[in-house]
Amino acid sequence: MSLPLESVAALRAQLRAGEIRPRDIVAAIRERVEAHNPALNAYVHTDWDAACAEADRADIALPLGGIPVAIKDVIAVRGQPCTCGSGILQGHRSIYDATVIRKLRGAGAIPAGRVNMDEFAMGSSNENSYYGPCRNPWDTSRAPGGSSGGSAAAVAGGLAVVALGSDTGGSIRQPASFCGCVGLKPTYGRVSRFGLVAFASSLDQIGPLAHNVEDAALILGAISGHDPSDCTSVDRPVPDFAASLEGGVKGLKFGVPKEYFIPGMDPAVERAVRGAIDHLAREGAEIIDISLPHTEYAIASYYIIAPAEASSNLARFDGVRYGHRAKDPADVIDCYARTRREGFGSEVKRRILLGTYVLSSGYYDAYYLRAQKVRTLIRRDFDRAFASCDAILTPTAPSPAFRLGEKLDDPISMYLGDVFTIAVNMAGTCGISVPCGFADEGGGRLPIGLQIIGRPFGESTILRAAHHYERTTPWHRERPPI
Amino acid sequence: MGKVEIDVAYVAHLARLELNDGEAEAFQGQLDGVLGHIAALGRLDLEGIEPTAHAAPIHNVFRADEPRESVPESDALANAPLAANGLFITPKIVE
Repeated sequence: MSLPLESVAALRAQLRAGEIRPRDIVAAIRERVEAHNPALNAYVHTDWDAACAEADRADIALPLGGIPVAIKDVIAVRGQPCTCGSGILQGHRSIYDATVIRKLRGAGAIPAGRVNMDEFAMGSSNENSYYGPCRNPWDTSRAPGGSSGGSAAAVAGGLAVVALGSDTGGSIRQPASFCGCVGLKPTYGRVSRFGLVAFASSLDQIGPLAHNVEDAALILGAISGHDPSDCTSVDRPVPDFAASLEGGVKGLKFGVPKEYFIPGMDPAVERAVRGAIDHLAREGAEIIDISLPHTEYAIASYYIIAPAEASSNLARFDGVRYGHRAKDPADVIDCYARTRREGFGSEVKRRILLGTYVLSSGYYDAYYLRAQKVRTLIRRDFDRAFASCDAILTPTAPSPAFRLGEKLDDPISMYLGDVFTIAVNMAGTCGISVPCGFADEGGGRLPIGLQIIGRPFGESTILRAAHHYERTTPWHRERPPI
Repeated sequence: MGKVEIDVAYVAHLARLELNDGEAEAFQGQLDGVLGHIAALGRLDLEGIEPTAHAAPIHNVFRADEPRESVPESDALANAPLAANGLFITPKIVE
């Protein structure tokens, strides 16, 4: 059966009219997954019988009633594997639901399938996965981006209606850009992190990946809100995001930061993003030049703060309470050290070492404290910018999807690819990536993303701008050749 | 923040992380490179700038000190590599 898997609204209309049942949607996704997952490696675990059983219990009167959601393998769903794309968590099953899962279920949605990712969300290509790389549906020799590569590839490839990802330095927006779908990182504190396996606790946020802006707004609305189980979740009202989509861009003022158009960026990306900015101006938005002067320091400070927090968070993987344990340890230290050698992949080890180093005795002030001060400067850049504009327009990534293997042995080059997304996490604000064109590469086409950055808790504004852009451009209707 | 050199073997020991053959050498070069990039932060004058620990407008979070349901013992032990008698089994740590 062929169903409109690219629109929650269309599926909901068919469900409410009684033309289809929720289990038909699960069956349609299963068919797509069985046909295309061998090539894409987007899903790492599925249990279609459980998803169908849950679909049969779904209340279609609820806002997301009967809609399956693919879940990044870092978010806990009780009874399901949660392995964070890592060898160290093979066999692990969650003993509780993440708050976002409880909320999705409360809205009638069905968590259906676990999708691929870079190990512990560390990476920008999905190549750092225990399960092998996920592949880009536009060109399977290329990376889907990361770390939420499986979420983006599943949505863009038509293997999911919507998906949850997590974003610590761009891990929702960059794969959305590479795969040609919508990806939104909410403001830090908007969405509960309870049940999200922690990478860098001061930066991590869960958010939606979707075929269109309206679907992203629906999912964001369902998962947002204060949660007593996450002391960094913010107690403030959640707007009706889906209701704020209309209104267009007339009267909105967009800032374009000069630091985000840099030498060495792909000319096709610059052309597409400049074209999107011109388009929004023609639609009635006011465009102004702005400066975010500390942009060039964002990556350096991020690669102190994120690995420092990761080295602390990942200390819990010691082979005692869960996960892999080395056989026949000589003593407890040998047990920890060998368990971690056997369980972690290279990128995770690199970041644990970097984080341990910058936090070690004698280096804390020179690295961690200094990076936190730079973080203050980055926040001030955004505060100043938002005094003169409602949102900021930038490329999501400096290039379209690169080839698998191209950057694997060159961590610096991989890290620099996050140059346009990382500052948003450091400042704790929100951003969305929407498709804004294509680059021609070797006979094929690769998607390009426009990033719209909003004020803290300004998701309604960026969703409204993104929705208007989407409605007045053709890019989101393009489908990959699978 | 001048020229820095990370002692990979020592830091790996601090992290309780054994490395595979060849990893120490590969990480040495890569991490020296990353630290070289990070050294750019030394150019900034940060006199008088307050550090930002996280971006949320939250300082302290309290809840009433009341007993509430917790994770059942069987769930807590469900993923343990080794468990017995309601306990995690670890290598001996006291002689």
